[in-house]
Amino acid sequence: MQTTETLSTASQNVNDRERWVSVVLGSAVAAYGLTRRSIAGTVIAGLGGALVWRGASGHCAVYDALGITSIPESDGDRSNVSVPYGRGVRVEQTVTIGLPPEEIYAFFRNFENLPRFMSHLQSVKVLDDKRSHWVTKGPAGSDAEWDAEIINEIPNELIGWRSVEGSQIDNAGSVHFKPNPGGRGTDVKVILRYDPPGGLLGAVTAKIFGEDPGHQVKEDLRALKMLLETGEIATTEGQPNGVPSRARLRERLAELVR
Amino acid sequence: MKAVCWFGKTDVRVENVPDPKILNPHDAIVRVTLTAICGSDLHLYDGYIPTMTKGDILGHEFMGEVVEVGAAVTNLKAGDRVIVPFPICCGRCWFCKNDQWSLCDNTNPNAWMVEAMYGFGGAALYGYSHLYGGYAGGQAEYVRVPFADVNPVKIPDGLPDEKVLFLTDIFPTGYFAADNCDIKPGDVVAVWGCGPVGLFAMKSAWMLGAARVIAIDRVPERLRLAREACNAETVDFEEVDDVYDVLKEMTGGRGPDACIDAVGMEAHGHTPDALYDRVKQVMRIEFDRAHALRQALHCCRKGGTVSIPGVYGGFIDKIPFGAAFGKGLTLKMGQAHVQKYVRSLLARIERDEIDPSFLITHRMRLDDAPEMYRTFRDKEDECIKVVMRP
Repeated sequence: MQTTETLSTASQNVNDRERWVSVVLGSAVAAYGLTRRSIAGTVIAGLGGALVWRGASGHCAVYDALGITSIPESDGDRSNVSVPYGRGVRVEQTVTIGLPPEEIYAFFRNFENLPRFMSHLQSVKVLDDKRSHWVTKGPAGSDAEWDAEIINEIPNELIGWRSVEGSQIDNAGSVHFKPNPGGRGTDVKVILRYDPPGGLLGAVTAKIFGEDPGHQVKEDLRALKMLLETGEIATTEGQPNGVPSRARLRERLAELVR
Repeated sequence: MKAVCWFGKTDVRVENVPDPKILNPHDAIVRVTLTAICGSDLHLYDGYIPTMTKGDILGHEFMGEVVEVGAAVTNLKAGDRVIVPFPICCGRCWFCKNDQWSLCDNTNPNAWMVEAMYGFGGAALYGYSHLYGGYAGGQAEYVRVPFADVNPVKIPDGLPDEKVLFLTDIFPTGYFAADNCDIKPGDVVAVWGCGPVGLFAMKSAWMLGAARVIAIDRVPERLRLAREACNAETVDFEEVDDVYDVLKEMTGGRGPDACIDAVGMEAHGHTPDALYDRVKQVMRIEFDRAHALRQALHCCRKGGTVSIPGVYGGFIDKIPFGAAFGKGLTLKMGQAHVQKYVRSLLARIERDEIDPSFLITHRMRLDDAPEMYRTFRDKEDECIKVVMRP
């Protein structure tokens, strides 16, 4: 049969850990879809089935189309990069902040300030001039932590860092500060690369749960802008509403899956 | 406390909800003494603004007494009487500093939603959907006011609530619309819609030096108010064959120098394009009915200005853009930069140049809100403006 040919090891492009995640998640999604007994439910069940097939076969059509694989090429060449080229997720976002570069740089350079505007960070502890310890709220509530070191730094212009070897989430990032003419403040650009748990599927999973990394970095930068320009981050969390919060949560969940 | 909550299309209720709390250092809590229903609230009532959720507290025209201030608010204290502009502004971003307050960068926690729809998002508004920040509104006994150090305006004791309440929205919105017309001596200003914003646009056009003001509507008591209180010449669009011909005739064949669309997305009309809009809006193919806007674009003189304070939310079609281009029109629009105008307009009220309470037709209690939304929407009982005391 033709299909068995596509199952040869050469066509596999999903690593073992991710295959298991695919099967488990796919089964759950399919089971949920079947209980819905609606057109949307059938579609959801179909998607779950596709995930199970992806895990069982080790072949992902999407990865194929994109020309990527989550199977490590070798374990040897990890000596000087945290996230090997072609692996993981890359995010780039920019925001304009109405302050001179020096002030934003000084705030950012003290990494212990980062959890004040990065919603997925629980804490950062500065260990010495170069090294710091990061604890995050990972995708779908799972926590992760690592040590990071600053590998590149030009005062008031850029800071570059990466996780040290053996980190739970291999990642690297940089932030760039570029002044604007005409009193328009500073362009603050963040570039992040990271290898989320569960490989690329982890990022897809995160997207399903609304923790899309591009969106998250964009919202974090928006929060940074609010905090630095106004001293606070806009919120409506905790304000009154005509529907008790538990009932409201149920309703919003119902709307999301509808 | 009691609050007017949205529960769905044409379903608003007065509910008991928890009192608001200080959530950020620049917040204040205001005890509401007078609040109003705005014409733009009717778009929420009729279900034309997306991202409303059940239980959302309505209202963006309100004033009252400060009862509590956050740690970073030093210019206000408990007991101060204030009016609160409807756009929530930070006062520190590039837009606020450049007097474009309603385009503020820093107050909408859901800015990403607006960005997805409009490319970029502006200031959050009170009680006007989650798209605009999801802030609880002021049709309530108490309300949380963010950035209380820059937004509220203190009101001197001698002025009654009814004279200053409309500084929160409709008076500055009408003034903004007229200011956008860049009125020169001799100019004729035509205003579509004799609702509260239209009426204030007429008053403001006179303040800014218009030579003549023409009002277009179909509701008799509104046309009467435009004539009697705002000194406008009036055109009842249901009584004439073609508004264009009438306006052209009235202006010696030139057309009005400036046209103001104070109607917005729920326009009424009896021409084919109005019917087309109605059908598409009911079928949710088109969000907004734009009959008044089309007519304004068509009627405006060459090189004139069309100013749009009426609210639009989504997509409109059959816009005579060729007419706008062919006549070299200037289009100006948007939510009013209330904070830019509010102090000078308060001074006009203090000098007795205008008494904005002239258009109040209904003085009610907050409990009457559900009935009043319906009455105002249906223009029953000669309703032009409803104010409510909690």
